[in-house]
Amino acid sequence: MTVGFIMMCHTALDRAAQVARYWATSGAPVVIHVDARVSEHDYSALGRSLADLEDISFSRRYKCEWGTWSLVAAAQSASEQMLERHREVRHVYLASGSCLPLRPLSELTDYLAARPYTDFIESVTTTEVGWTVGGIDMERFTLRFPFSWKKQRRLFDRYVELQRRVKFKRRIPDGMVPHLGSQWWCLTRQTLSAILQDPDRDVYDRYFKRVWIPDESYFQTLTRLYATSVESRSLTLTKFDFQGKPHIFYDDHLQLLRRSDCFVARKVWPKADRLYSTFLAPGNGSSVMAEPNPAKIDRLFSKSIERRTKGRPGLYMQSRFPKKDHENGKTSAPYSIFHGFSDLFENFDGWLAKYVGARVHGHLFAPERAEFAGGEEMFNGCLTDSAVMRDYNPRAFLTNVIWNSRGERQCFMFSPRDNQDNNWFTATDPNAQISVISGAWALPLSRMNENFATIRREAARLQRRELEHLHILRSMYVKARVRIWSIAEFIENPMEPLQTIIDEISPRSTRRLTEAPQMVDLAGFGQFLQNLKNQGMQPLVMGDFPLDEGARQSSTRRGRPYLVK
Amino acid sequence: MSEDTGWRAAYRLRLKRRQLLWRALRSRHGLRARLNQTGQIARGDILLFATMRNEAQRLPYFLQHYRQLGVRHFLIVENDSTDDTVELLRTQPDVSLWSTQRSYREARFGMDWLNWLLMCYGRGHWCVTVDADELLVYPDCEARPLPALTDWLDARGAPAMAAMMLDMYPDGPLSSARSTTGDDPTQALPLFDTQGYTWEYQPRFGNISIRGGPRKRVFFTERPDHAPHLHKVPLVKWNWRYAYVSSTHVVLPRTLNRGFDARGGLPTGALLHSKFLDGALQRAREEKERGEHFTHRDRYNAYYDAISGDPDLSCDHSARYTGPDCLVDHGVMSRGDWT
Repeated sequence: MTVGFIMMCHTALDRAAQVARYWATSGAPVVIHVDARVSEHDYSALGRSLADLEDISFSRRYKCEWGTWSLVAAAQSASEQMLERHREVRHVYLASGSCLPLRPLSELTDYLAARPYTDFIESVTTTEVGWTVGGIDMERFTLRFPFSWKKQRRLFDRYVELQRRVKFKRRIPDGMVPHLGSQWWCLTRQTLSAILQDPDRDVYDRYFKRVWIPDESYFQTLTRLYATSVESRSLTLTKFDFQGKPHIFYDDHLQLLRRSDCFVARKVWPKADRLYSTFLAPGNGSSVMAEPNPAKIDRLFSKSIERRTKGRPGLYMQSRFPKKDHENGKTSAPYSIFHGFSDLFENFDGWLAKYVGARVHGHLFAPERAEFAGGEEMFNGCLTDSAVMRDYNPRAFLTNVIWNSRGERQCFMFSPRDNQDNNWFTATDPNAQISVISGAWALPLSRMNENFATIRREAARLQRRELEHLHILRSMYVKARVRIWSIAEFIENPMEPLQTIIDEISPRSTRRLTEAPQMVDLAGFGQFLQNLKNQGMQPLVMGDFPLDEGARQSSTRRGRPYLVK
Repeated sequence: MSEDTGWRAAYRLRLKRRQLLWRALRSRHGLRARLNQTGQIARGDILLFATMRNEAQRLPYFLQHYRQLGVRHFLIVENDSTDDTVELLRTQPDVSLWSTQRSYREARFGMDWLNWLLMCYGRGHWCVTVDADELLVYPDCEARPLPALTDWLDARGAPAMAAMMLDMYPDGPLSSARSTTGDDPTQALPLFDTQGYTWEYQPRFGNISIRGGPRKRVFFTERPDHAPHLHKVPLVKWNWRYAYVSSTHVVLPRTLNRGFDARGGLPTGALLHSKFLDGALQRAREEKERGEHFTHRDRYNAYYDAISGDPDLSCDHSARYTGPDCLVDHGVMSRGDWT
């Protein structure tokens, strides 16, 4: 007892001949179906190259088109020929011309001999499959499909829509439950002959001729009527990509294919010389009788499909123009933005670096240059501190900084003086932690040696920019962790907010702040704000800042009383 | 937007393409066939088209690299060479050679000549069009020759593959990049930038413009918008009505420029650019003198001066090239759906 192969070929006939020869010389009869569109010249060349082998025969040729009945008709007539000519065949294996046997024939025949009444055919009901093309599953069996999906898509879609609207439904023959599955099967003589010799075969054939993609459902459905034991899986390893096209195996998949322990793989690139020479070599094969294990390959392929559909979070590939707002994660890691802190505290970045295990930059978006931590001129990934380069694409600059320092949290200072182009981006990024002391930008202005008119103009400009930023941070689209204090609020009790922010940055080191950052001299700031007001510029973002700050100032300078226990 | 996609714009591009084809047709008068072995070309062969001048040093490795990838025939226009380039090419079994003394600049940097050869010999073939200092790599290219890629693209119905130019530079000042004829240039120029590239969609030709790399980082800090473009379309299944517009950055019709769009799921490649191989300093001086390169000559004078100053492009954060896999890991090229 042995297994017989039916091969459906249309291209790369030399490879098909090589595989057919391999099977035939190992003792398995082969019936080859060659697409009727293959030229007479190529067909006869194939015939000549295999003429020395008795067990290879050619079946009646059909013109095969994807998704049509012709594929089933070709398989039927080849199966009949196989069953008739080769009495010794117990299992019939349907393969394609681009299939490659991965294990010696003896292992397959042993495997099948141990399961003499089992049919290997993937066969599941329509409710259980998630892979159907075009959202058409059960409707394959109840609608009519006179138009080609590939060539006449518009007509195809419209006709389907029309039938849906008029609620047209074909009758499914009695006793039949539609099943779907991979078209590459391995059936026993009993089952296959029962299908082919059924007195009602005319009824079924007539019905399936009008079903869409019958090669995925004809045998899969009818097997269920006769089989005693169905293993609903294909012995052929096939993978489909994101678009439902079969994956192609190349030379570099050799180890992977070997480890899969599958019997046959599809589809193999015809010029993958190493795969063909390795797997068709005599003596190839494992000594142990391993169960086919396509799961390993599944893992690899699902990983690549995932990367393709989702990308790597925060890595904007140089070689890929990203789909706007379809990125999987805007940035790759959490980061913190401190707005206004460097104006209120002296050497705030130095203080912060002591308390958090993070890289603390100065004003990355300062107008003069990007102030990288430690005054560096260049950062990971060859980012320079040039403001021109940064401002050419500030968003790419930010995502690059975050991506290139994976594993280390990045913190940077911000103020209305800096480049504001990223404000929407950071506000809608769940990785961002944005802490704002509004109005702090006015502190350096209050000590500036400049004509008051100039200062007032500058104050108006910065306030406008800050208001715009605050407006963004208060919008309903915000995904970042945002905290906003006015400067008046913040100096009331600076330690508590600082502790909260720092706990959030490094939650595990529940370290208490022992030293407050040094606040700048606030004396005269209240008066400065009053002067602005007197000159006709209304300060809106400072909160309710008292006119005389002298008394409170002296107490905050010591810091201690504001420690949180 | 309607301006860009409307029939008016489409028609303008059509006229533009016809004009380019007409130029290509005219440019044939300047070409003299030195060695025509195109009779060898068989159906389905992958062809390579290039213009070169004084490339005797890079050529042996160039030919070796592309033969290994599966290029079957080289069609080369040699422009006014004074070194061994011509002798070297004439002794190759798979090279057809044309010579011209005409101006490179007036032939739109050689593109008219190549458009003509592509029109004559390229139709129906997958064609690689590159410069002599560009080596094409793509994901897994060590295990999968070009026909594996082109078969896949054919099955996908994709007419072209895009690649990003990757400027390679030495570990030290430019003059330290020593290499002998026949060496892999990435030995002398092992470093590249992993980040700092920016994209822009350019609606007119429907392409994605990429800028960045060491040249932008060092020479164009003040004018990033003048930095050289890095996007290219070096691999196209040619039709006689196609035409390259500016270098191989952009090609018409517009559909051929979509290679970098993530929605297409196509793999992208990289062109390892060995501009800074030794001789680059002298070449920079020469090129400035000849004024045959680039559209905006004056913009590049400062650039050529900077190169002549023998700068050091490397920094602590430069990445080292170890093979196509490392480019995939850094996101410089992408597998797309091709696994």
